[in-house]
Amino acid sequence: MKRHVLHPLWVAIGLVGVIFIARQFLVPDDFGVHGDSFTYNYYRLSNVQEWKDFEIKYRGRDSCRECHADNVRAHRRAPHKRVECENCHGPSGNHPDDVEFLPLNKERSMCLRCHADLDYPNTARADLPAIVDRRHKRGRECVECHNPHDPREDVS
Amino acid sequence: MTCSRRAFLKDTLGCSLASVLPLSAFTLLTRTEARAAVANSNVRWGFLVDTNKCVGCGMCVKACKNENEIPYDAPVTRTWVERYIVTKDGRTLADSPLGGRDGYTQREISEEDIEPEDIAKAFFVPKLCNQCDNPACVQVCPVGATYKTDDGVVLVDREWCIGCGYCIMACPYGVRFFHPVHKVAEKCNFCYHRITKGLDPACVQSCAFGARRLANLRDPDDPVTQIITTERVAVLKDEYGTKPNVFYLGLDANVR
Repeated sequence: MKRHVLHPLWVAIGLVGVIFIARQFLVPDDFGVHGDSFTYNYYRLSNVQEWKDFEIKYRGRDSCRECHADNVRAHRRAPHKRVECENCHGPSGNHPDDVEFLPLNKERSMCLRCHADLDYPNTARADLPAIVDRRHKRGRECVECHNPHDPREDVS
Repeated sequence: MTCSRRAFLKDTLGCSLASVLPLSAFTLLTRTEARAAVANSNVRWGFLVDTNKCVGCGMCVKACKNENEIPYDAPVTRTWVERYIVTKDGRTLADSPLGGRDGYTQREISEEDIEPEDIAKAFFVPKLCNQCDNPACVQVCPVGATYKTDDGVVLVDREWCIGCGYCIMACPYGVRFFHPVHKVAEKCNFCYHRITKGLDPACVQSCAFGARRLANLRDPDDPVTQIITTERVAVLKDEYGTKPNVFYLGLDANVR
């Protein structure tokens, strides 16, 4: 074969070789097919553990109970029992170690999320006690009158 | 046609060698390896959304953004709640301001106030990643940065993603977005760090109405799995063939 054909061919073959060698160093050992499908299971295996190690922020009512048992018990008897503590008090994260006080939200807009009267028929929303925002005690905070833990009680 | 014994043996040997060569490229798995390759997990995560129970408070969106470190004021979110209003004259209106993060507290939808007597039906539809069995987003990834785990969750490898955005375009549900901080593709993963430790996803935990529930589809005794298998559930965009694993109770035909 002529030289002008062979020379580029050797260059091309050499480049392929370089790519294969570079791949050995750049691609992690655990990268490959982990499962039954090349299409969907071709990945770096250690990434699964990395996602599992992601930090939990919302620790849930059971975690609150460890220190605030009385409050959790009282809340459990009220109509608001289905509302998680952290919905209003904010994610506990590593409270109380780093975060001493949680970002409590007791704004009117918080209550209106469920208790604004939208007048939609056939929604679960229609079954909740609701107010028309512009007609009911405008500019006042709900918690001035209603106890958020047990809304059956008035705040004296 | 004649064939000498020598020629016959020679050809036989040649053919055998030629056929053995490609066969040697296959690896023989032991029984445990083979089982591990197809199903090394007795967990397959699924999700049930009961749209009848959703009141549109948006606590799930808020919890999700905090839990998964999605910038709170950026217009992106892993899960969102849509509001639909179907009027009596047949119009369908839908909106989802900031993904419903602050809840639905006003009657106005898309700057339009529909009178209550004109509303035929109104409802809220929470949406999240469907963790499809045939995820289009995974098929198009050119670098293997997104994948399906053996327990059925689609994850994104933040180290490996090059941010090309193919997956964002490929997802028929619009679930994926570009993470403004990490500069990679981002999506709901059912709070993988929580469900693998026995906790509920943040959106499920924060839902006061039980509109969102997590299921282990491989466990026939799981109460949520029993609802999915015995009651009339629907999935979104079934016609795409993606085989979603998020099931809906009370899904309306107007939901897209």
